[in-house]
Amino acid sequence: MNAPVIGTRVERKEDYRFLTGSGTYTDDVALPGQTCAYFLRSQHAHAKINRIDISKAKTAPGVIEVFTGADLPGSVGGLPCGWLITDVNGQPMKEPKHPLLAQGKVRYVGDHVAVVIAETLNQAKDACELIEVDYEVLPAVVNVADARKPGAAQVHDIAPDNTCYVWALGDKTAVDKAFAQAAHVTKLDFINNRLIPNAIEPRAAVASYSRGDDSYTLYVTSQNPHVARLLMTAFVLGLPEHKLRVIAPDVGGGFGSKIFLYAEETVLTWASKQVNRPIKWTAERSESFVSDAHGRDHLTSAELALDKNGGFLALRVHTTANMGAYLSTFASCIPTILYATLLAGQYTTPAIYCEVTAVFTNTAPVDAYRGAGRPEASYVIERLVSTAAREMKIPDADIRRRNFIKEFPYQTPVALCYDTGDYEATLTEALKLADVAGFEARRKEAAARGKLRGLGYSAYIEACGLAPSNVAGSLGARAGLFEAGEVRVHPTGKVTVFTGSHSHGQGHETTFAQVVADRLGLGVDDVDIVHGDTGRILFGMGTYGSRSIAVGGTAIVKALDKIVAKGKRIAAHLLEAPDADIEFKDGKFTVAGTDRQVPFAQVALSAYVPHHYPLDKLEPGLNESAVYDPTNFTFPAGSHICEVEVDPDTGATKIVNFTAVDDFGKTINPMIVEGQVHGGLAQGIGQALLEACVYDRETGQLLTGTYLDYAVPRADDLPSFKVTTRETPCTHNPLGVKGCGEAGAIGAPAAVINAIVDALAHLGIRDIEMPATPQRVWQALQSAKKERIAT
Amino acid sequence: MGIPVSMTVNGKAVAAEIEPRTLLAQFLREHLRLTGTHVGCDTGQCGACTIHLNGRAVKACNLLTAQAQGAQIVTIEGVAAANGELHPMQAAFRQHHGLQCGFCTPGMVMAALDLVKRQPNPTEDAIRAGLDGNLCRCTGYHNIVKAVQTGAAAMKG
Amino acid sequence: MYAFEYHRPSSIKEAASLARKLADAKLIAGGQSMVPALKLRLARPTAMIDLNDLPELRGISVVGTNVVIGALTRHAEVAASKDVLMTLPVLAKVAAGIGDHQVRNMGTLGGAIANNDPAADYPAALLGLGATVTTNKRDIPADKFFTGMYETALKPGEIIASVSFPMAKRAAYIKFRNPASRFALVGVFVSETAGNVRVAVTGAAPCVFRVKNMEKALASKFAPEAIARIRVPADNLNSDLHAGAEYRSHLITVLAQRAVEAALSGK
Repeated sequence: MNAPVIGTRVERKEDYRFLTGSGTYTDDVALPGQTCAYFLRSQHAHAKINRIDISKAKTAPGVIEVFTGADLPGSVGGLPCGWLITDVNGQPMKEPKHPLLAQGKVRYVGDHVAVVIAETLNQAKDACELIEVDYEVLPAVVNVADARKPGAAQVHDIAPDNTCYVWALGDKTAVDKAFAQAAHVTKLDFINNRLIPNAIEPRAAVASYSRGDDSYTLYVTSQNPHVARLLMTAFVLGLPEHKLRVIAPDVGGGFGSKIFLYAEETVLTWASKQVNRPIKWTAERSESFVSDAHGRDHLTSAELALDKNGGFLALRVHTTANMGAYLSTFASCIPTILYATLLAGQYTTPAIYCEVTAVFTNTAPVDAYRGAGRPEASYVIERLVSTAAREMKIPDADIRRRNFIKEFPYQTPVALCYDTGDYEATLTEALKLADVAGFEARRKEAAARGKLRGLGYSAYIEACGLAPSNVAGSLGARAGLFEAGEVRVHPTGKVTVFTGSHSHGQGHETTFAQVVADRLGLGVDDVDIVHGDTGRILFGMGTYGSRSIAVGGTAIVKALDKIVAKGKRIAAHLLEAPDADIEFKDGKFTVAGTDRQVPFAQVALSAYVPHHYPLDKLEPGLNESAVYDPTNFTFPAGSHICEVEVDPDTGATKIVNFTAVDDFGKTINPMIVEGQVHGGLAQGIGQALLEACVYDRETGQLLTGTYLDYAVPRADDLPSFKVTTRETPCTHNPLGVKGCGEAGAIGAPAAVINAIVDALAHLGIRDIEMPATPQRVWQALQSAKKERIAT
Repeated sequence: MGIPVSMTVNGKAVAAEIEPRTLLAQFLREHLRLTGTHVGCDTGQCGACTIHLNGRAVKACNLLTAQAQGAQIVTIEGVAAANGELHPMQAAFRQHHGLQCGFCTPGMVMAALDLVKRQPNPTEDAIRAGLDGNLCRCTGYHNIVKAVQTGAAAMKG
Repeated sequence: MYAFEYHRPSSIKEAASLARKLADAKLIAGGQSMVPALKLRLARPTAMIDLNDLPELRGISVVGTNVVIGALTRHAEVAASKDVLMTLPVLAKVAAGIGDHQVRNMGTLGGAIANNDPAADYPAALLGLGATVTTNKRDIPADKFFTGMYETALKPGEIIASVSFPMAKRAAYIKFRNPASRFALVGVFVSETAGNVRVAVTGAAPCVFRVKNMEKALASKFAPEAIARIRVPADNLNSDLHAGAEYRSHLITVLAQRAVEAALSGK
């Protein structure tokens, strides 16, 4: 028999092809007769298009076709938004049309104006420069803080004051009452900095059309090909869903940015029929910067009310969230459903009220980016908590312990019901691992070298495993959020599994195979996982929100249950025993209490060679599918502790230690889980120290449009991490899993900023805006110095 | 219009006529169909296109093909043994989970091999500094550092 | 990138004549700044003149009290050169910090100084050591070579052959990197050669420049405290997304002191 592999560090099955350069990413696809597309994008943040002249471009060398918004038939719709938010007055959010190619107006730098299809990419780019566009440049509104100011430019006529919605959650009256009775109130204003996801593989698509059977095939860098197909066919192009096959082959990272349906792949699919040849488009990085959906971009004012012992009484949060120029696929639910509902954090705060105003600006659309709403919530809570602790002279760990939720299930005042957790355990472990006891000595040693050390805490929670469909539906989701899985047992007992989850780095080909191998008593190499192809997979909602193992994995387990149930009946026939007496363990079907058994492979063979088979009761074959809709979210949580050293002469911050203790429930492959945490931490630290998407506040030009200006963390920006896990199994899925993909990005930012503030607090510094660049830290030190001199 | 180029790629002589504005990365990917060399940016920062030119790591998207005239080129496809067995550095990346989505991986392995050639016993700091020309968005570099250390040790042994 | 003609001359003479003859032609050596500019269509040369077949432009030699480096010598070669490490180690350190590893394997000394990026490292070394640029026409002292942002004293058809660096009694270069580009947000080069102290700053202004009052203070006392109170006024310094002029001004003083310290300690 095979030793159990769940919980072990199985090396990844997918690595061989990636390490030898034999993966197949979308840009690696080359179809016979393939053409190249290049999009003409707006250089203006806001402008009226008076006229587009494509005549010179059309006759340029190698050009096959040039399309503008005017060429799209009236039947073609705009890109849809998948989540309807209902505002405080019971009105639906404002949903302006999101055209594939500009219709009379451009609304952000990078907006799509036209597409040139040519024999080569260089020819397409050359021709693009020959398109003459007569723009009438309009004033732009860029910054989230400016969007509702009187006189601000209006992005859409249908959205007065650039307001998409004003939405609220929680009991305002109870919160106001608690604040009136508070012994202490801590207030902070935050900017949660806008980020650009920057998966290292740029977005790409190859679309082809077959006149023979009037069908389309689209290769695309997608985290959820079925959703892309559904949205594209049913809501935009009006094509029959079964006539489009969407393949998301190897995908080079997503982090949210490849969830959404974009104009490029949609235009390509439509155009592939018009030119009757395959078309490829691959974003150049400069295009990715301006046209991938960005993340975060919140302006928040938050207050925490406490009693005299540091007990939390109430939390009040007002957030303005930037949607960008159009609503991207899931934009509307990020700063609401995935944000305000998380504001209880790990604490028993009895009253919480959050009001969110979503605004349009002349910037790229903003949508989910690793963590999506939850990092923003966690940042608000954990910055407030550490600030309150300092103000009330309560140690960071103590104030958290005092307020931790200790009994489960726990119903928060912001709609969620946590099933399980042990926040004390992760914090205690983190304190130990981070050697907090030795910190004061390290601080002194650093001070002797003229450096300032600080220690920062962050005890985050997230809601993952999106989601019970009916709950999501009642909150405005326009799609289900289940997952599908299919287990195909071959006659030899080898297994192919088809999953609606999509791996773009997460290692599903290995972790899912571990689950299947253990259940069926097979080796990991006996199981292959197939994902990312609507032509091969039943259905799928895809991978985001740390949902794959909890939802997609559970769907596979449900299908495996059916395989085992059918296998038992086949085995009962072979062993001439009643169905109820058959047990399945370690890859063998056994008549209970006897040594009569039949191995899994023999049962599989019988199913396909049904010579001795209960044909009167059972169909031949051994192939089962299941669709799983979870009953609740999962609630991964943990404690992160960051230790920094600040050089007061330059303002540079170095992370000297970073400790993360996370509770993801059961872990299938600890090696992969740690890798997910490392990557999340890097992005969270990136947000805290390095990354900022900056637009010129007047012109709306993207100032951080290349890696020369947008700082993605490099190896020497980061330390090695101390990472470990504690397990409280999820109570409502069979694997007891919670998900681990976003934790690092959610917990890290507050830990880093809390650490920097801790290092500088003795100088009177109470907050540093993210990213805490050397210049920002230096400026804070300068202002603090001036203030001290003045007083 | 076209200019002739010739070079040796993964031990094989290749010759072609190309447009002068053809980047080396484009030549490898589109003309030779060696798609393991990836392109992740257009300003020369990400390093996903790293290959070896005359034994040194360079960025193939930051070179005109013509600049590589007569050169010895090794791409990720030329690193494993002829029988398909992984090079010790590749094996170390797998052992330590030094890759996730795999997109930066070919460039990372090529850069790591060059790093170890210069510094056979690299410290953690030296590895982090030595990978300054490569971006990874998935791993946080933690396991890449471990992989390069292990790979370096294996290459000596 | 836009289409262009490609030429690969086999002599400096031929290269120079092509450069004179072809309007809007560009010389390319390592191409590490040039190729990205071409890709982004920021440059539109009609022809590229590739200098890679001119081995006479390549190499490192010690001539008397000078280190002479051929224009086509790659940064990685300078960084690893035993001659440089023995005679002028600061130059190896400068070369070892340019761009990233892959860039150093292609990028050349001549290309870097001809481009004169305001945040490049080599210009600080040339100016900070009082080096001399030798072209196919003449010798140009570093003080006259760097004339403005991306501008040099080079004339059309003039090709850099080598740079001669005087050895220093002590010298150091300290760079504070732009967190994104890794170019110098501010870089300060300090040297003491036979009775001559130089302080050169890159990254902070449109063009590399010397700080004469720091040089004077250090000439009387080569110690960090001698310049602790000397500030380069922010007025003419760069202000951008990553650093305001005030911050750059502050960094110049901090880094200059650190460079003096490093020069004294020989590290």
